[in-house]
Amino acid sequence: MSAEEIQSRAADWVNRHRDSGEWTPDDQAALDAWLAQSPEHVVAYWRLDAAWERTQRLVALRPTKPQQPRSPVWRNLVRFAAAFVVVAAGTGAAFYFSKPAAPEARQFATEVGARKTIKLPDGSEIELNTNSRLRIAPGPNPRMAWLDKGEAYFRIQHDSARPFVLMVQGRRLVDLGTEFLVKTEPKRLEVALVAGRAQLDSPNDPTQEPAVLTPGDVAIATANAISVTAKSTKALSDELSWRQGVLVFKYTTLADAAAEFNRYNYKKIVIADPKIAQLTIVGTFPSNDVSAFTDAAQAIFGLKIRNTDGEIDITR
Amino acid sequence: MTDNVDGNRESFRPHLASTAVSVAALRDWFVREVLPLEAALTQFLRHNWRNKSDIPDLVQEVYARVYEAARKDLPQQPRAFVFTTAQNLLIDRMRREKIVQIEAVSELDTLAIAADEPSPDRTAIAKDELRRLQAALDRLAPRTREVVTLRRIEGLSRAEIAQRLCITEVTVKWHLNEGLRALADDLYGEAASSRSKK
Repeated sequence: MSAEEIQSRAADWVNRHRDSGEWTPDDQAALDAWLAQSPEHVVAYWRLDAAWERTQRLVALRPTKPQQPRSPVWRNLVRFAAAFVVVAAGTGAAFYFSKPAAPEARQFATEVGARKTIKLPDGSEIELNTNSRLRIAPGPNPRMAWLDKGEAYFRIQHDSARPFVLMVQGRRLVDLGTEFLVKTEPKRLEVALVAGRAQLDSPNDPTQEPAVLTPGDVAIATANAISVTAKSTKALSDELSWRQGVLVFKYTTLADAAAEFNRYNYKKIVIADPKIAQLTIVGTFPSNDVSAFTDAAQAIFGLKIRNTDGEIDITR
Repeated sequence: MTDNVDGNRESFRPHLASTAVSVAALRDWFVREVLPLEAALTQFLRHNWRNKSDIPDLVQEVYARVYEAARKDLPQQPRAFVFTTAQNLLIDRMRREKIVQIEAVSELDTLAIAADEPSPDRTAIAKDELRRLQAALDRLAPRTREVVTLRRIEGLSRAEIAQRLCITEVTVKWHLNEGLRALADDLYGEAASSRSKK
């Protein structure tokens, strides 16, 4: 066979293996047999397979849902707004300040995979991510909220006379005229500042120093400490990609990526094999499209995807 | 990086399992060290072989020889190894075809086999991979590009693409195969080096 014919066959194998979604043991046996015929077949296959892998990054060009256009008025207001994101995951977290406002507070919640935008009378906006619960203080112009569960992005109109206060996992986040992004995990709260200033403190533990954050700062609060490091704005914007309905992974382990998908979907991805869990992936995926992710895992790593009633198992 | 390749591939390629180097390691080495040399290798072969239509076969045979050798032991200096293999292949071919290519032989003598260090090209590639991929995509034939875009970026199934473009699934498959080959040529082949020199 000429190089031309071999390449043509190899391209067909790669596309079938990587892309068709139907790959049976018989197909594998046929591919093995073809590869065994000559080293030329192996190198041609590897070459095109490597090209397929590289071009898989093109998924990142997938258009995301367009952002809602903002009115010029809103754009002006945003200059004076504070924006931040908070994630409060984990049911075990103690919500120290939860009780006082509970009776009258208005509650907003999202189902798994859903998002919701809440507009406050002062023009502030809060976007709730998947499986989240937020309560907003009563009154005509609330300036306090409680994130009981999940994740949210806040664009708060700044008012120096009445700073916006968010309570999360017993911490208090006070907007000091800033834009910032905050993220927490079970028993862990992360606040990242995009612009301006904000203060994170612990009202129920006066021994802890409050952290004042400036742009690029990321504060990580665990049960009894707050530490501050730096993060790039690009990395921060990736964390906000859920607002466009996508998840962005940059050399993320499959374990972490699966955990992220599991926040958005009832059907959970399970990776029992720790070696598989450590594989890393790069890509942008619709947060509600688990199959786009499992297809990629299957295609890139040759993993097996088993779809059962309750879960999706990824194995070798 | 090495772990990106399924280490289990040996198990379903039993004919390769007996090699000294694991198949996963071999593939990884080949993709990482050998494929990026394709542009330079093609150029070298063109300079030293009259019949240009032989070039794809020659490249393939160099790869096959490199692969066979690397199964026993991964060459420490991939670049030198690849070009020495190419040189030997040409000499073999000349003997076999009883060709005396004076200028070819003289060029082989003066062939400077560069030391193995990452070329600036490779660093640049790593830096801007996505832009490069997009450019490669843009250079595909229009219809092929459309099919590849719908499949690989938009994520449409082959059947959906066939419906949307009013073509058969066999044609969709053909475009995907052609597209993959053209992308590989663009990413690894001769075109890559002439462009990156600009």
